Amino acid sequence: MPGTTVEPAISVRDVVVTYGRRRVLDGINLDVARGETMVLIGGSGSGKSTLLRQIIALEQPQSGHVVINGVDLATVSKKNLAKIRRSIGVTFQSAALFNSMSVEENVALPLREHTRLAESTIRLMTWMKLSVVGLADFGKHNPRELSGGMKKRAAVARALSLDPEILVLDEPSAGLDPIIAAELDELILALKRAFSITVVVVTHEMASAFRIADRMAMLYNGSLIAVGRPEELRNNQHPRIRQFFDRVPDRVLDPSVIQTYFDHYLKGDFE
Amino acid sequence: MIGLAVEYVGRATLRHVEYVGGLALQLRAALGSLGRTLPVVGNRNRWHYALRQMLAVGVDACPMVGIMALCTGFILAMQGASELRKFGAMNLVIDLVSLGFTRELGPLLAAIAVSGRSGSAFSAEIGSMIVTEEIDALRTMALDPIEFLLAPKYLAMLVMLPCLTILSNICGILAGGLFMQLSTQMTLGVYLRYVADSIVLRDVMTGLLKSVAFATIIVQVGCLEGFRVRGGPDAVGRSATAAVVKSTFLVILADLGFTAIFYLLERQ
Repeated sequence: MPGTTVEPAISVRDVVVTYGRRRVLDGINLDVARGETMVLIGGSGSGKSTLLRQIIALEQPQSGHVVINGVDLATVSKKNLAKIRRSIGVTFQSAALFNSMSVEENVALPLREHTRLAESTIRLMTWMKLSVVGLADFGKHNPRELSGGMKKRAAVARALSLDPEILVLDEPSAGLDPIIAAELDELILALKRAFSITVVVVTHEMASAFRIADRMAMLYNGSLIAVGRPEELRNNQHPRIRQFFDRVPDRVLDPSVIQTYFDHYLKGDFE
Repeated sequence: MIGLAVEYVGRATLRHVEYVGGLALQLRAALGSLGRTLPVVGNRNRWHYALRQMLAVGVDACPMVGIMALCTGFILAMQGASELRKFGAMNLVIDLVSLGFTRELGPLLAAIAVSGRSGSAFSAEIGSMIVTEEIDALRTMALDPIEFLLAPKYLAMLVMLPCLTILSNICGILAGGLFMQLSTQMTLGVYLRYVADSIVLRDVMTGLLKSVAFATIIVQVGCLEGFRVRGGPDAVGRSATAAVVKSTFLVILADLGFTAIFYLLERQ
């Protein structure tokens, strides 16, 4: 059962991140248990992607700690950091496939760089990973020739190439049509069932979040305002959560503003 | 007013110091990774990438560097001859072209051509990879972008820019020979004997030493501009322009420094 393991796969403690004078993450505390799917939700600029960048060790927080499988990223040696990075598979919002390589070479890259496997074994493993995401016939293609959904799936195949313990996905459904997005959700669920990996997903697609999440965490203005199972969040009465779930805009454009603008324009006030 | 001027100068100074510091740190990391790009002792993938870069940086630049050197050699010979003819010292045109190219114009022309072709390409390639999160993807795969991207380019430049410099020297000197044949009926064989008498190994070596320094400047500036890209595609374009402008400026500055040092050493 998720949440019952003693040592969480990911532990975020009092993490503060500031960009200039802006406090992007303000004392975040979050645990992700082994085998759990944690979905981070929140509006644009709420700090989701920044939190993700701390978890995948692309940035260091100003204060606080990120602990992956018991190892504190703030004090880890360069060698151990590389080991931790190899245990985390990451897919980015833009898929971030290398356009100078074929899809197959993209997936094989971590294997070629970090293992001493024979070329024939690497090719077989690459084919298997591509088969898992349904792209076995597209290995020779250049990433530019793939559709948005296929790129995301190829990125998942690359993230899986070293059999990671943790899979991190940044906005996997962004820019995809609902059918492709639903296929990707099913892929994430199938991967979790097949490999029992810990999954962290950043999204603001609510349908996708409710489909795949074991637990969800909602960020607002750099703080976590709710963490819990999907149904707990669905029933949460926090005004911001309700606004987010019910798609209520912060502000509505007043038509009189446009009228005033045209009045000034017609009077020639802008000349 | 004075306060504002002081603030402006202070900020500009800090910006330049920070830039030079960034270059120095990047160079140190690149030198540390250079061994892993070598054949046999290094990583096979890096060596293969370095070979591809050698083709792109060096082989593909041969026609451009060759034609530039031929034109410049001919121009230098014509300009020199128009003055030296008045003193009946046409033979000095041979010294002018051969020494001018081996010591100065050969490395400088090759560096300027490569800076325009490859410096901007390095910066655009890395800048685009920043924008599309490919650099982040490399880091999350525990691959160091300096070792993966920069070091093979650096090795390629360290090998190919001296080669292009030699090509530039040969083309420039041959252009001088063509001019001498057309203007004084001097045969190419005689011309080349004069060239061999006028240049010494030291001239060629100083030119090649310069080309190694220029290769370092072009790669480091081009890649640093790429790594510093923030924002969208427009930032990539700006970084490519900055890479060419800054590396050309620094190449000429370094050339001045080297020439001054060699001049002072020669006088002693």
